[in-house]
Amino acid sequence: MKKNVIEVTNLEKYYEVSGGFFSRKKDIVKAVDDISFEIPFGESLGLVGQSGCGKTTTARALCLLDPKTGGDVKFYNNETQDMENIDNLEDEELKKFRRNIQMIFQDPYESLNPRWTIKDIILEPLNIHNIGDLQDREEAVVEILKTVGLTPASNYLPRYPHELSGGQRQRVSIARTLIMKPKFVVCDEPTSMLDVSIRISIMDLMLNLAKDLEVSYLYITHDLAVARYMCNRIAVMFNGKIVEIAETEELLNNPIHPYTKRLISSIPVPDPSYDRKVYDVNYDELDAIIAKHGTDNPMVDMGNEHYIATHDVKGLI
Amino acid sequence: MSKEVLSVKNLNMHYETLSGDVHAVKDVSFSVKEGESFGLVGESGCGKTSVAMSLLQLQADNAKISSGSIQLDGVELVGMNESELRKVRWDGISIVFQGAMNAWNPVVKVGEQIREAIREHYPEKSKAENTEKIESLFKMVGLDASVIDRFPHELSGGMKQRAIIALALSCDPKVVIADEPTTALDVVIQDQILKEIKKVQELLGLSLIYISHDIAVIAEMTNRMAVMYAGRVVESGPTAEIFANPRHSYTKALLESTPSVVGDRVKLNSLEGEPPSLIDEIPGCSFAPRCPNKTTTCKPELDMKLVEVGPEHYVDICSKESH
Repeated sequence: MKKNVIEVTNLEKYYEVSGGFFSRKKDIVKAVDDISFEIPFGESLGLVGQSGCGKTTTARALCLLDPKTGGDVKFYNNETQDMENIDNLEDEELKKFRRNIQMIFQDPYESLNPRWTIKDIILEPLNIHNIGDLQDREEAVVEILKTVGLTPASNYLPRYPHELSGGQRQRVSIARTLIMKPKFVVCDEPTSMLDVSIRISIMDLMLNLAKDLEVSYLYITHDLAVARYMCNRIAVMFNGKIVEIAETEELLNNPIHPYTKRLISSIPVPDPSYDRKVYDVNYDELDAIIAKHGTDNPMVDMGNEHYIATHDVKGLI
Repeated sequence: MSKEVLSVKNLNMHYETLSGDVHAVKDVSFSVKEGESFGLVGESGCGKTSVAMSLLQLQADNAKISSGSIQLDGVELVGMNESELRKVRWDGISIVFQGAMNAWNPVVKVGEQIREAIREHYPEKSKAENTEKIESLFKMVGLDASVIDRFPHELSGGMKQRAIIALALSCDPKVVIADEPTTALDVVIQDQILKEIKKVQELLGLSLIYISHDIAVIAEMTNRMAVMYAGRVVESGPTAEIFANPRHSYTKALLESTPSVVGDRVKLNSLEGEPPSLIDEIPGCSFAPRCPNKTTTCKPELDMKLVEVGPEHYVDICSKESH
């Protein structure tokens, strides 16, 4: 059996919103509602869905950037060789956990401190976690810049983010992430701001690093074509829930859930002779059905490790 | 063969900046025929939007068209004064800007903002006539007539974008420019808007200029297309022909670097380097520094020009290959 790097069960993130300044009524927004998945070592899972469906909220909850409101997240602990619930972590262990789980953000223009040099930016995590002495750290920075293809390193170390192009900045983000030698990286649309010709080189870099450094990714994107290129498996989210999860080619070739079908059939195809047929579905109806069967929906295996949510969508298929 | 509505010849446009002139549009020529959808594709900064702005002459104050001609139905637009241009804008050529859905005036009802545009060009029309016109346009783009009396904040992103398309069509323009009209939208909404634009274009027999960085969208939306790189048109021709038979190395690279959800899972090729700065003169082929098919005969001294390599299929090549 494959060893998992992370196991998520029934994760929930609810937000309370007030009904207005004078209102005492509180509404609950279920941004992430009862989702479960696991990611084996060295594999990447794509999380796709429309904006506002809870992709980024899931990511932030996993990285402990926002506290989750329910469910369990278990992470592989190298020392005990066992899965450990992140709720049980305290102080030192929590710090160690944070080393192993890192994030790459969408916008390389906003996620790098503009007043810091590239060297400072990449050194920061090493300083925070107090790893090695200064010389070790500087060597590690040079090494990691080489790994992400920014050579010679001496050209980049003293520069500021504004002197670099979008692609180079995203490489710096990746370097900053990987210098901690994490086992698991959450990537939130890391290439959506980049141009096509540069996008592929960043995606290839991440794929190669996954292989060489045995990193697993949770890859968040709204673009199924990108997810297909990057991920072993894909999970489709709709209104805070995972509605379908399967191996990438299996999902694309045999989508079952109506929302997945709609999503796949909405992607433009770079071939003028291809006749794309859109699978139409009424979202309001879909939403109502999913909401009705919300609280208790174990995923069912449709064969080939292809899971869909158990809410009754038959009427829509 | 249908006649040309818009013809652009050897257009040069630059921005005057403190660090020097930025040559954003270099020697660009293309034409758009009646009722066709023409695509303009390229990466950010390649000059797509600068071309669009030049067509309407809506560019920033520091932008200068240094030479070339833009003819709409045989009427020269370059050199027109502001009051003549006002008549051409919206009436002759209208535009759906990038991110235009955020340009609605938040305190004026959507219908009133469209009425204002019509009133400006057709003051003789009555309010009832205009409302009727807007209702029919809304129907065409899939909006309910009640949207006329709504404020922009009451609409979703997709609805705002649909209303923008209705606005662009409000004065029955000959040419509509759509500059990345779906960039900020979700895939599913993007797909709906694309369908809507295509439907309207075919229904009204519009001449459409569709600008995008996404070659997949261009594949689906256009009959003919031009690929831009570093301010130049490097290849133009029928869309099907360019996809089947790309001749310029940059076009090939673009096609090879676009992932797809259909077909086999293929290894995609990336392109090394970055597009050049447009401040410096780029002698010879501007793509040569990044070109995977560069040969020893690629020299900066060689002049580049668009050469016809097939029916209506033009490629920007240097003189060494033209014979």
